[in-house]
Amino acid sequence: MMAGDNSFSTSYTGSDLRQAPYQSYSVLRSKFDRWFAQQAEKVGVMLVTKSRVDELIKEDGKIIGVRAGGDELGADVIVAADGVLSLLSEKVGLSVPANPENYAVGFKEIIELDRSVIENRFGLEGNEGAARLFMGEVTRGKFGGGFLYTNQSCLSLGIVVGIKDLMQGDPGVSAPQLMDDFKVRTEVANLIKGGQTVEYSAHVIPEGGLKAWRTLYGDGILVVGDAAGMAMNIGVTVRGMEYALASGYYAAQAILKARESKDFSRNTLKVYQELLEKSFVYKDFKSFQEAPKALDNPRFFNRYPEMVGSIMQDIYTIPAGPKDKLMTSVKKQINFKEILSIVSDMRKVMKI
Amino acid sequence: MSELMGLKAKLGLDVFKPNSQPHIAIKPGKETDPKLNRAILVCPAGLYTKNSDGKVEFNEDGCLECGTCRIACGSEVLDWSYPVGGYGVQYRFG
Repeated sequence: MMAGDNSFSTSYTGSDLRQAPYQSYSVLRSKFDRWFAQQAEKVGVMLVTKSRVDELIKEDGKIIGVRAGGDELGADVIVAADGVLSLLSEKVGLSVPANPENYAVGFKEIIELDRSVIENRFGLEGNEGAARLFMGEVTRGKFGGGFLYTNQSCLSLGIVVGIKDLMQGDPGVSAPQLMDDFKVRTEVANLIKGGQTVEYSAHVIPEGGLKAWRTLYGDGILVVGDAAGMAMNIGVTVRGMEYALASGYYAAQAILKARESKDFSRNTLKVYQELLEKSFVYKDFKSFQEAPKALDNPRFFNRYPEMVGSIMQDIYTIPAGPKDKLMTSVKKQINFKEILSIVSDMRKVMKI
Repeated sequence: MSELMGLKAKLGLDVFKPNSQPHIAIKPGKETDPKLNRAILVCPAGLYTKNSDGKVEFNEDGCLECGTCRIACGSEVLDWSYPVGGYGVQYRFG
């Protein structure tokens, strides 16, 4: 929790995190995606890269192929895995243009550092990694937060901020300015010291939860991953890659099913949605469907970090004169009206 | 350096294969549309600027293809597509 002049941290570590099968990994997507594509090729997938699909070919209301750079490719089923904007599903009327309140923009730097420096700085051994999340001043109180992940010989440092909050200004601050201000904060500057930025990237993340899922299937088409809106922010974790992978798997299951009857209409392809609903993908989105609404509360990103920061400052201070009792320090920051607001906010959080 | 290095220099670290055909364009006649002010704030590459006539201009060099401007401003003021295959930003780390 980052306030204007101070910050307060909590950390979780546990033996569960050090036991195989490991729950989480940090990956560099350029490397991971290349490796993953190779695995697919090994089992017979033909990959056509450097070719942009311009549009889907529609005939009698059914998708029958794609048009790419003047070439036409026919298919029984198209799987729209064209990312968060999913311009393809929009062009065929399967989705509407994205609403800013359901999306966040992430931007990050890759900062190279010696592996030994990373291990020492974050207290890591072997293949362990660390993840740090920041909220509050990092986004100037807007919906979102900062992140830092360790990789083997670099750090991923960035910010995710809700597009609606960012575009409305108030306070008007640009995305690049947020990043610069974040990097010079003592809490961050000390972690990246001596490192060398080698890449700067940006990506949009769907964060609208279940209510912002796009239509998942149509005649001759299935929509997966980010294109379908399958990323989830519950404050403490932001997940998406596993939902993307799993939805691809269930899309394949649905296509195999459709092949049995040689019927690729929506009536058969709807089995994709049924399979998803039985899986952890839909179950997670259902469980956490209240999260976007509960977290879309400016108090979490401005009031609470400031309040906690001020309380901690008073509690830890060694004054020149007499020191207040601890509860007096707390009460100085939290009056009765504040308590009512906290209770009301907690009620919403308890729905997550 | 991981210290502040300026946005231009930072974008200079990325690998781009430029195409003569721009993939994002402000629709003709929409340059003064207030919706475009949003792009000035949200673009992580700072590619939208307002000139002295109050018109918003877009410079494609350094576009990270995130799509934030399209979501913030909408397709009424922006023509937006991904670059033709093989062009645009090529992330080495991602």
